[in-house]
Amino acid sequence: MTSSLRFLWPWLALAMLFAGAPQIYSSGSALTMMSVMGEMIIFALSFNMLLGQTGLLSFGHAVYFGLGGFVAIHAMNAFIRAKVGVPVVIIPLVGGAAGLAFGVLFGLISTRRAGLVFSMISLGLGELVSSSSFILRSFFGGEEGITTNRTKLAPFFGHKFGSQIEVYYLVAVWCFFCIAAMYALTRTPFGRMCNAVRENGERVEYVGYSAQTIRFIAFSFSAFFAGIAGGLTAVNFEIMNAQQLGAQQSGLVLLMSYIGGIGHFAGPILGAILITFLQITLSDVTNAWQLYFGLLFIGFVLFAPGGLAGWLMLHRDAALKRELWRLAPAYGMVAPALAASFAGAVMLIELAERQLALARSEGSAMRLFGFEVDAASMGPWLMGLVLFCGGVGLTWLVWPKVTGAWGSLTSA
Amino acid sequence: MAVALALIDLNKSFGLTQIIRGVSLQVAAGERHAIIGPNGAGKSTLFHLISGRLAPTSGEVRLNGERIDGLPPFEIYRRGLSRSFQITNIFPRMSVYENLRCATLWSLGHKYAFWTPLDRLRDVGERTDWLMECIGLTARRDVQAAVLTYAEQRALEIGVTIGGGANVVMLDEPTAGMNAGESEQAVALIRQVTEGKTLVMVEHDMDVVFNLADRISVLVYGRVIATDTPARIRENEEVREAYLGQASGA
Repeated sequence: MTSSLRFLWPWLALAMLFAGAPQIYSSGSALTMMSVMGEMIIFALSFNMLLGQTGLLSFGHAVYFGLGGFVAIHAMNAFIRAKVGVPVVIIPLVGGAAGLAFGVLFGLISTRRAGLVFSMISLGLGELVSSSSFILRSFFGGEEGITTNRTKLAPFFGHKFGSQIEVYYLVAVWCFFCIAAMYALTRTPFGRMCNAVRENGERVEYVGYSAQTIRFIAFSFSAFFAGIAGGLTAVNFEIMNAQQLGAQQSGLVLLMSYIGGIGHFAGPILGAILITFLQITLSDVTNAWQLYFGLLFIGFVLFAPGGLAGWLMLHRDAALKRELWRLAPAYGMVAPALAASFAGAVMLIELAERQLALARSEGSAMRLFGFEVDAASMGPWLMGLVLFCGGVGLTWLVWPKVTGAWGSLTSA
Repeated sequence: MAVALALIDLNKSFGLTQIIRGVSLQVAAGERHAIIGPNGAGKSTLFHLISGRLAPTSGEVRLNGERIDGLPPFEIYRRGLSRSFQITNIFPRMSVYENLRCATLWSLGHKYAFWTPLDRLRDVGERTDWLMECIGLTARRDVQAAVLTYAEQRALEIGVTIGGGANVVMLDEPTAGMNAGESEQAVALIRQVTEGKTLVMVEHDMDVVFNLADRISVLVYGRVIATDTPARIRENEEVREAYLGQASGA
């Protein structure tokens, strides 16, 4: 009884979170953002099924997301034309089936080898599909993409999914079951052997398994779930275009998974939420938002390879030992230094962006942290430089305190 | 007596270099057979040819009468032959328990099952617990394999090798790098876990070899120059010249 409770409560909490989120964030833009988050959670988890679980780094995972979405959108249009009574709630499954079909097809080629060869083939297949999207215009719709109208599909218990809240709940339900299914997969013989392939693909063959078969099955599953995410995206936006299966989208899912933490099942969920949030809010605030993504990614690769989840798990362990307070003084010292270097970096990037990209058309006057500054004058540049260099220097000086605090903690 | 493993005129060349030169050998079911020989004699290559890591250039390998040469390792494993590695070859970032569990899954028939929860498979749990007890790592159940001591890793290597209950077990230098005490424990372990099975081992430690083996084959420069009981091998002039003299002198 208690063990089944312990097993169930995280899922109950997750379900309540999904159900309750629109009560707190009820604006249209928030609902859209949360819908995208749900889609990206499925996409990132499907990607991590390869990278984190099986040790396969794919540079072309958006292919299955995008093809799933395109097939889903064509299916919707076909159902509308033929007046077939298929409700919109089934459409993500069409995307999943398409993802699975292409996953099986391309997986037969790409999973023959692991490591670098796999990555290179995935890159090649990604380029192949995204370049053919500009040639096969009737399927991919060229620059404009393919559009649809989800409300013309058969209603589902009276719901026509015209409003964003209905779409949100559709995404939420699919997202919940996809998370549960992908988690369950990690707890099966197949899931465990995926980990074994990641750890030592050679030895797997000496305990009876074909590493290639395991990679192939994992790849097919992964493409299936990526296709579901693509199908949901098609339903949500009612449009698919070639960008959604291109290299940038493939890079984005890598970014999400890695920043969230590939070593923990929940990592990609955190990454998908954070990156989607930043992607939507940051692009309103600054034109250089992609640069910040790049820096964030580099920062995580260098300083927190475990990602957000890894970082949180470390602190959870400390909290369980009731020793989190030992870290507080060191964190208190390093926080202002980090904040200064961060502020300095932002200033320099924004000033540079203004001068290099906008000054000619819109002048060098700009607002920075709420102040009016002139990007052509020396003052703000100097201040940014001082903040950044001073902050980095100070961080470098204080950092041993942080490692020292962690050291005292593990030895205690 | 039934022949468990037979090598028939086995050859292996890498380019122009011939490493294995017409090896023929029969290992009886239930026998403990040691392969000894100087460094570079081709012992590990011979292991690779039998276990499927390398395909022979010519010749046959037969397991219980069935040809297995050229098959991939997992096919050979499924036919009942399991091997260990000279350089520890386990799943480093998985716990002792998970390492052993992976070794039991195929032989218990769970294959690529993605529909059954692993923790509910009672046969897997029991077999894994038994293995852990066998190799003396029960107290280290949840420790990552990568942080075990060397001797513990070697024990785990043997545990993973015997996990599926293969009838023919091949151990590649199971006691390499161990001190006398550890080596003695390892021999006891090997004796225990290969009870009633066919064992083929490569070993440098002559005490271990003469202690464990029913028969010994001496491999020199890619050829088997003698196969006999330990006592006779000890007295064999050719073997002494080629190998044992140097070994005891070292």
